Amino acid sequence: MKNENLYNYILGIADNSLILGQRLGELTGHGPSLETDIACTNMSLDLFGQVRSYYQYAAKLKGGDATEDTIAFLRKERDYVNVLLVEQPDRDFAYTMARQFLFDVYHLLFLQELQKSHDITLTAIAKKSIKEVSYHQRFSTDWIKRLGDGTTVSHDKMQEAIDSLWTYTDELFHQTAADKAMVAEGIGVDVTALKVKYYSLVNAVLEEATLKIPESKWFQKGGKKGIHTEHFGYILSNMQYMQLAYPNMEW
Amino acid sequence: MTTEQNIDEILIPILEHVSDPEIPVLSIMDMGVVRSAVIKNKIVYVEITPTYSGCPAMDVIGDDIKTVLKVAGYDSRIELILAPAWTTDWITPRGRKALEDYGIAAPLGAEADKDVLLNGKRIVKCTNCGSQNTRLVSQFGSTACKAQFQCDDCQEPFDYFKCLK
Ligand SMILES: [Zn+2]
Repeated sequence: MKNENLYNYILGIADNSLILGQRLGELTGHGPSLETDIACTNMSLDLFGQVRSYYQYAAKLKGGDATEDTIAFLRKERDYVNVLLVEQPDRDFAYTMARQFLFDVYHLLFLQELQKSHDITLTAIAKKSIKEVSYHQRFSTDWIKRLGDGTTVSHDKMQEAIDSLWTYTDELFHQTAADKAMVAEGIGVDVTALKVKYYSLVNAVLEEATLKIPESKWFQKGGKKGIHTEHFGYILSNMQYMQLAYPNMEW
Repeated sequence: MTTEQNIDEILIPILEHVSDPEIPVLSIMDMGVVRSAVIKNKIVYVEITPTYSGCPAMDVIGDDIKTVLKVAGYDSRIELILAPAWTTDWITPRGRKALEDYGIAAPLGAEADKDVLLNGKRIVKCTNCGSQNTRLVSQFGSTACKAQFQCDDCQEPFDYFKCLK
């Protein structure tokens, strides 16, 4: 394939949104209240919309029989390169919002840089997505503060969620070979340069929410190389079921 | 890249027959999602842009455009474009009025929008009684483009179309 680095680079962006969108979509009809249920599924829909644009572009690069659907549904576990953070399960609402917040802050910083890419398709997707993701970040930030600075129970649950998800944050700033190649060409975003800003934004919200900033320096990684946590196989079996049971089905 | 629309005048009355499937009182022209429509060799080329990336209405809108153009005697090709990104500024004054009449509060400017969604300011007008004594219930409403509000005077719940710039 020509442009193999660009193809892999696009998957690196889009897989995060696909898997997070799938996780949020699992809450359809199961949110803690009607409003939060609808909010989570709306964010899921935004992410899937963004994913379609990325995968359509990737399919064009790949050529042959590739479509947005084959890329989304017909890959094996090791071929998905999303970060571990987004595949973590919905243990409770604090967990879901902490996962969302820790990703949203990164996502917005990332898109702000991707807008400056030399690739006009990526620039267009970034400019479109950034408007949506700003709303996601407002929503999740609001819940970090409400639960963190809420009752003793909500505070403790949010602290526990932040503490256990913290270990997945560092991976957001790791670079793959495709990332490095795309940064060199002025197409990709240098994520290592976002790290300091990311933690300062996150820490400021945690402080306002009366939450302790985790001190652990031990971080998990692997997703970007296709090595996932035990949750991932379950996500795929759920997500790919229709395509595997009824190959080539369309809506 | 331009934010100007390029629509052949004879196509306007035809395209005005297509409405947003989620807001049936609003034509896609008043919504501002049709960015260009030109006739070349008897084929109409239409470019539409989504309000939100995941807007499930776009496929239906594309099919509906094909149908009305077919009835008018044209074959057509529909293309979904992302740039420049859609903004609520492209909703026409007639579109804003249609929204309000339908029970959806039209989008405020960017600063005022922030004030109501983040700072709890009460300025969104109730679509039922006109009072501004309204409060945000949830940042996401029945679709991603709307937020849920409630009027504290008449108690009516309603949607507010969020500002997108
Ligand atoms: Zn009222």
